[in-house]
Amino acid sequence: MSAGAAGGRALDGAGVASWIRHAARLVSADAERLTRLDAAIGDGDHGLNLDRGLTAAVEAVEALPGGTPPGKVLIAAGRAIVSKTGGASGPLYGTALRRAGKALGTADTADAAALGDALAAALEGVRELGQAAEGDKTMVDALLPAVAGYEAALADGADLAACARAAADGAARGAEATVPLQARKGRASYLGPRSTGHMDPGASSTALVLRALADVTAEGGAAWSGSS
Amino acid sequence: MVGLVVISHSRILAEGVAELARALGVGKAVVEPAGGDADGGFGTSIDLVERAVAAADGGDGVVLLADLGSSVLTAKMYIEDAAEDDEDGVQGGVVLADAPLVEGAVAAASMAAAGADLAAVLAAAESARDHRKS
Repeated sequence: MSAGAAGGRALDGAGVASWIRHAARLVSADAERLTRLDAAIGDGDHGLNLDRGLTAAVEAVEALPGGTPPGKVLIAAGRAIVSKTGGASGPLYGTALRRAGKALGTADTADAAALGDALAAALEGVRELGQAAEGDKTMVDALLPAVAGYEAALADGADLAACARAAADGAARGAEATVPLQARKGRASYLGPRSTGHMDPGASSTALVLRALADVTAEGGAAWSGSS
Repeated sequence: MVGLVVISHSRILAEGVAELARALGVGKAVVEPAGGDADGGFGTSIDLVERAVAAADGGDGVVLLADLGSSVLTAKMYIEDAAEDDEDGVQGGVVLADAPLVEGAVAAASMAAAGADLAAVLAAAESARDHRKS
């Protein structure tokens, strides 16, 4: 299996598997912080739930035969998350990954443009399912600036790794910006003005997942198995 | 007959609402609970929803009632998946009622037990939103 063009300009199935594995590691390492954020304004299970879902996703991805295309790897990961995550993050992350996977189709690799389309499809799926708008204090507030950052970098002629870094930066800024917001979706919305002053856990975990993508696609990134 | 599925984070709540709806559907309504996560804990499970829909499906369609949050998301996701995957398709279709859980389930069960079609059962569930209590 090859990573495609030299310099890691395309992501293959193994590269996507590395992304999922790295995302699972980052979420697991931060599970306690995510759960603490969720305990402040939600039902206190986000870190635990997503950790469990991503662990199942890693298992599902590792059970796939070598050479599985990136789209199929994402769909398998999404399915596993849906069936193993009890909270709202299951359907939302599951939809995001499955929509992204469907957007990639059966191509052997995803180049920067294809991955951008996949991230946009993920955002669209999450918005459709959760009916959340920008500023509602949800994962959309991280995913939207991530997609915008990715697309702006792509338009500037950046390669996949640089686009992914721009997405990660956009997501991190977006998650940070949820702190003063009042929640309009989920359990936190029942708290009204009391939901302000805390970062949204879903936006925070979304930033981790996109950081994982930037890490594995970065040139020389240790987890970017597809480019070795 | 149109079947009903009650989706809740809590297994006990789903079973309780199903029990009440069956009783007020004069024992004829088919109401299946899908409560808690797959391991019996608190949460929602798309696999449990799938099983409950299969059990509630009598060929005339199934109405889903969900409590809140991930129950609603899981119900919507199940419907989206079922629409894509024809083998899984329930004859007559599966719809999510935009209705309060208890009142919606009771209204839907009453209408289903009267032999109404899917659209009428769904409308009965959704009309429960307007039943004021004071």
